[in-house]
Amino acid sequence: MGRLRSVALYIAGFASLFVIWHVASTWIIPSVLFPPPWKVFLKGIELAQDGTLWEQSSASLARIASGFVGGSLIGIPIGLAIGSFPIVRRLLEPYTEFLRFIPATAMITVAVIWFGIGESSKIFLIIYTTVFIVIINTAAGVNAVAPNKIRAARSLGAGPFQIFFFVALPATVPYILTGMRLAMANSFVTIIAAELVAANNGLGRMIWDSRMYMLVDQIFVALVVLGFLGFTADRLFRWGIYAFAGRFSPVT
Amino acid sequence: MQWPGKCIRHVTGMAFVQLSQVSKVYRSLKGSDYVAVRDFSLDIEAGEFFCLLGTSGCGKTTVLNMVAGFEPVSAGEIRISGHPIAGPAADRGVVFQGDDSLYGWLSALGNVEFGLRMRGIARAEREKKARHYLELVGLRGQDHKHPAELSGGMKQRIQIARVLANEPDMLLMDEPFAALDAHTRADMQRELKRICSATGKTVLFITHDIDEAIILADRIGVMHAGPASKLKGIVEVDLSEAERERTHDRFVAVYRQVHEMIRDEVAISLKRSQ
Repeated sequence: MGRLRSVALYIAGFASLFVIWHVASTWIIPSVLFPPPWKVFLKGIELAQDGTLWEQSSASLARIASGFVGGSLIGIPIGLAIGSFPIVRRLLEPYTEFLRFIPATAMITVAVIWFGIGESSKIFLIIYTTVFIVIINTAAGVNAVAPNKIRAARSLGAGPFQIFFFVALPATVPYILTGMRLAMANSFVTIIAAELVAANNGLGRMIWDSRMYMLVDQIFVALVVLGFLGFTADRLFRWGIYAFAGRFSPVT
Repeated sequence: MQWPGKCIRHVTGMAFVQLSQVSKVYRSLKGSDYVAVRDFSLDIEAGEFFCLLGTSGCGKTTVLNMVAGFEPVSAGEIRISGHPIAGPAADRGVVFQGDDSLYGWLSALGNVEFGLRMRGIARAEREKKARHYLELVGLRGQDHKHPAELSGGMKQRIQIARVLANEPDMLLMDEPFAALDAHTRADMQRELKRICSATGKTVLFITHDIDEAIILADRIGVMHAGPASKLKGIVEVDLSEAERERTHDRFVAVYRQVHEMIRDEVAISLKRSQ
């Protein structure tokens, strides 16, 4: 399929979503609680012009970015260690296997009690939601390295450190990137939940505040922006993988 | 053309590779033992092309893995030029059956120069050497392609070039052409034969294909069916280049001889696997 055609289909898919929304909100469920897209669009322009939208989105995005980077930086080395050394696996598996079943949303209250309502509690939660997925994917990646790759390296005269840095690590990169991509999606879920409960700003807070004043179109603006930001973040990540690490994963 | 490979001279009364009374026992999870190879003895001379022929599950790969140093022997001893082996080393290059040993994130050139890079050879020198061997295996101009962009036959050529570039004394090849189509396989066999006679490497080549063994080998070792396998006998393949054609009378004579030896083992192996 041509590139132009696939882009056109993509846009058509998105357009149909808005058409269905429009039809549903205008004729099927005509209610003030379900605004049509054009009203949301107008509200969005208004909020963009007075700066609110930028302020709230950037607050959420900054939290996601710092927590996501922090969580990945912690998770990758731990995952590599778990995948490489059985001793480390046994020592750390109780943490990963136990904590990963306690969702970040369940940790919101604890985070607020510990770190207050400011930035630290949000960043803690994003790190928390990122770190386990990255650890598990990285460790799985290390274990998935074909034994023959290691054997070949040994027969070619590579030592243990060389095998780690020149064989095991590059072979694991696609798994690490997959873990990070999943963690990114989780971060969006977590930040909104955290901001709904306890925050001074951010898109989650914006949704919560709008509810109190029945500003339904404002809620929808936040929702659409969220979808857009998540989509863009994922695309950017995929593009980054392709541009900088494409050779590590020929399957895109 | 001067071939840079080290040539191990024949030390009087001692073969280059000696396997003496080698056994390999695998312990299963339930604690029962599986004897893959028992009292396996074999001498391979320097510069010789030795094919180990056997039915599936006869332990021929186990023998290769032990010579490579990937798996320790359970009993007995393996010596290379008189010294007992201690794990894998750069003097024994291994070509694997599948392509999963290639480094997908490296180009063909990157794969071929890998061993030299690990051993700290300067970039200019290792690139020159890698290019030379890529050309030798017929991959001129494919330097910058990644394994995923190459066909099965080309990937096996990269594996062979990667091993040759490292200049080992010995090549260990575990059914390297088994996954290739018939034409590519025949092509690769011819190429390997040419490369080996040019470089004078000692080769231990594992196969289950009688034709392949006769085309390539100086000697063919036929294995008993597993478990607790050992050599059943050795067939000298004293054929000229021209005679190594499937239709040649002398080829057919050797084929009969080898087939005679392995026929019963195939039957035993089939019966055991049922």
